[in-house]
Amino acid sequence: MIDININGSDYSVDPSLTVLEAAKSIGVHIPTLCHLEGKHPQGACRVCVVEVEGAAALTASCSAPVRAGMVIHTESKRVRNARKTVVDLMLSEHVGDCRYCDRGDDCELQELSNVMGMREPMYDGEKPAVQMDDSTPALVRDTGKCIKCRRCVTACNEVQNVGALFPQNRGYDTVIGPAFAQNLDTVACVQCGQCAAVCPVGAITEKSHIEQVHRALDDPKKTVVVQTAPAIRAALGECFGYEAGTLVTGQMVTALKMMGFDGVFDTNFTADLTIIEEGSELLKRLKDMLVEGKPAALPQFSSCSPGWIKYAEYFHPDFLPNLSTCKSPQQMFGALAKSYYAEKIGVKPQDMTVVSVMPCTAKKFEAHRAEMGQDGVADVDYVLTTRELGQMIRSMGIDFKHLGDSAMDTPFGISSGAADIFANTGGVMEAALRTVYEIVTGRDFPLENLRVDSIAGLDGIKEASVLITDPAESWKFLDGVEVKVAVAHGLGNTEKLMEMIRSGEKTYHFVEVMTCPGGCIGGGGQPRFTTDAKRKARIGAIYREDEGKAMRKSHNNPTITAIYEDFLKEPLGEKSHHLLHTKYSERPPV
Amino acid sequence: MEKDCCNCSHEPTDAEMIQSLNHIIEGFEGVEGALIPVLQSAQNLFGYLPEVVLKHISLTMRIPYSEVTGVVSFYSFFSTIPRGKNIVRVCLGTACYVRGGKDILKGLRDQLEINVGGTTDDREFSLEVGRCFGACGLAPVLMINDDVHQRVKPAKIRDILNSYRTVLEEVR
Ligand code: SF4
Ligand code: SF4
Ligand code: SF4
Ligand code: FES
Repeated sequence: MIDININGSDYSVDPSLTVLEAAKSIGVHIPTLCHLEGKHPQGACRVCVVEVEGAAALTASCSAPVRAGMVIHTESKRVRNARKTVVDLMLSEHVGDCRYCDRGDDCELQELSNVMGMREPMYDGEKPAVQMDDSTPALVRDTGKCIKCRRCVTACNEVQNVGALFPQNRGYDTVIGPAFAQNLDTVACVQCGQCAAVCPVGAITEKSHIEQVHRALDDPKKTVVVQTAPAIRAALGECFGYEAGTLVTGQMVTALKMMGFDGVFDTNFTADLTIIEEGSELLKRLKDMLVEGKPAALPQFSSCSPGWIKYAEYFHPDFLPNLSTCKSPQQMFGALAKSYYAEKIGVKPQDMTVVSVMPCTAKKFEAHRAEMGQDGVADVDYVLTTRELGQMIRSMGIDFKHLGDSAMDTPFGISSGAADIFANTGGVMEAALRTVYEIVTGRDFPLENLRVDSIAGLDGIKEASVLITDPAESWKFLDGVEVKVAVAHGLGNTEKLMEMIRSGEKTYHFVEVMTCPGGCIGGGGQPRFTTDAKRKARIGAIYREDEGKAMRKSHNNPTITAIYEDFLKEPLGEKSHHLLHTKYSERPPV
Repeated sequence: MEKDCCNCSHEPTDAEMIQSLNHIIEGFEGVEGALIPVLQSAQNLFGYLPEVVLKHISLTMRIPYSEVTGVVSFYSFFSTIPRGKNIVRVCLGTACYVRGGKDILKGLRDQLEINVGGTTDDREFSLEVGRCFGACGLAPVLMINDDVHQRVKPAKIRDILNSYRTVLEEVR
């Protein structure tokens, strides 16, 4: 520990901290706009400046390490004036109107301007040319609002290893954007929305489907059903002031019913179905290899996360045969709603609207993929992010905090705890292991509390293995096989894992990839601002949801059994092939 | 009537460019921070950095295309359009600026009908600005290729430019 003085009081602090972190640790808030937790400081915004005695110039606290004996002033007149000037210059170049902005309620620049008491412009700056970019299905860019903080550049390059966004040009002409400041559809972008999740202002946001959903709800000819992804229930509460990690499943269902949806269903249901299809697919690949001696594309990769799929199509096309052919739970839901369910209730598929609520922006892109439908009818019509649902609920005069709980509708409302954990990194794999182990051995999954600890948590790359002994008769070929699995979340971590797989350093049978850090609970469409502390809190909530259920394994879900009996007949069968599986195609990265 | 270009060598085809480019890139294999030197060598060879070249660099060096163009557009040295036969550079360092560099720039823009960074349609001239050529005593200074023109007056610009035009141009 070293001694420093902040605003006249002595403290002893950890010497590895920056001035910003040291101040935070003793309860002194220094405003920041470009800083990103755990990432290399950009030093781009300069709003974090402080006065350090003995230094001629003001210091950017986010990038200055503490030194013993430092005397720091965070609120001196000089600091306040400098900070005001910085914010005022930013505002003078800012082309945006808070009254009409998507970030009206969580904009960091607006909040800073407000708490600093900026009441009239000091400067009348030259305004940059504004580019509105709605070229992609998931995102909208508005360069007029960009404050050039470069958080999105860090997210897209360092966290996601995609590199769609980078500063273009220089000086006043700098544009943070795709190559040559063109539209986003001219470069490889996986639509993950991690840029939109970290942007402090309204410069990158999801492409809203709110109006389209209102229109469908208002249309008496449409039967409108909604599905909610597992990760929504652990985060939607944050839109209404609940602590991160509050489960609001029942209130969410009540709200959706009040909004007028004709059926309120759970993507969890098709998560359970995914486990049956994807698990059967894995077993088939293993059988092809071990029994038939045929070459099989192993490891099999999970295919629930559309950002990862698009990433593989751009950067690992030779691994496309290894991707599970299963559609994601969102798309399986849409396909079954417009076939099995539509038939059951006597509605034509084209008269049904399927709305998804997803923690994800890439799901908007996925729903838009040409192959995701039957006979020209899309599986899923509109996708709302968690944030959009929160906004819609408020706009419809629903007082969320005062709602009671309701249960999801049948038939697609019943799900296992294994489906809940699809929301977080490691969850899809754990759910698959619970089921595959029991199918193969006929015995109960042996781990304590059904939890595979080595693949839980926020480490970037995780591994586990399960030794198969004494399997059931039809799985004898797996006797003594150690099934090896790996889990990665965030595409930067995924890329590292891919390198190890490519070089042969590691071999696995099954790999789970989630595009976003932490998995879907940290998705690009979740309430802002997602920190690691919030990721952990949301994962905790998901695990509570899982543990609170009597039924915690996908193959025990009675509705799944019923839908195979009534309709699908068998896993990987003819019907499944048409409705639940898909194909992928290579995309050139430039 | 179509006729072969008289005094300029033939423009390389995309395939030829890619081949020479691969040589350049191989030369930097395993070198940290090779992007800028690769871009420099490519520009020296081709005279400018066309899209095919940048995309190929992105693919083979496994650097995101947006990063490649970000670097190219950051340095005024790099050009993505073919540059003119004559590179006109106006000094806008402090001394030249206060002694009329800005008017020289305006005069050049008006006469060449291009902006800074631009090239005339006939590819005779490209216009650039510089930051101090180390000839402050002679301000305002204009450089065309390797020639330094000192104490330039806006009225002289036309004559200076004409002395660089190819004969063909002047007759026309
Ligand atoms: S980005 Fe922020 S400051 Fe700008 S218009 Fe939107 S809310 Fe207002
Ligand atoms: S959506 Fe993802 S890949 Fe696309 S620009 Fe944003 S961070 Fe990069
Ligand atoms: S788009 Fe947003 S995150 Fe990216 S530089 Fe601009 S303000 Fe920052
Ligand atoms: S937060 Fe320190 S410079 Fe932006």
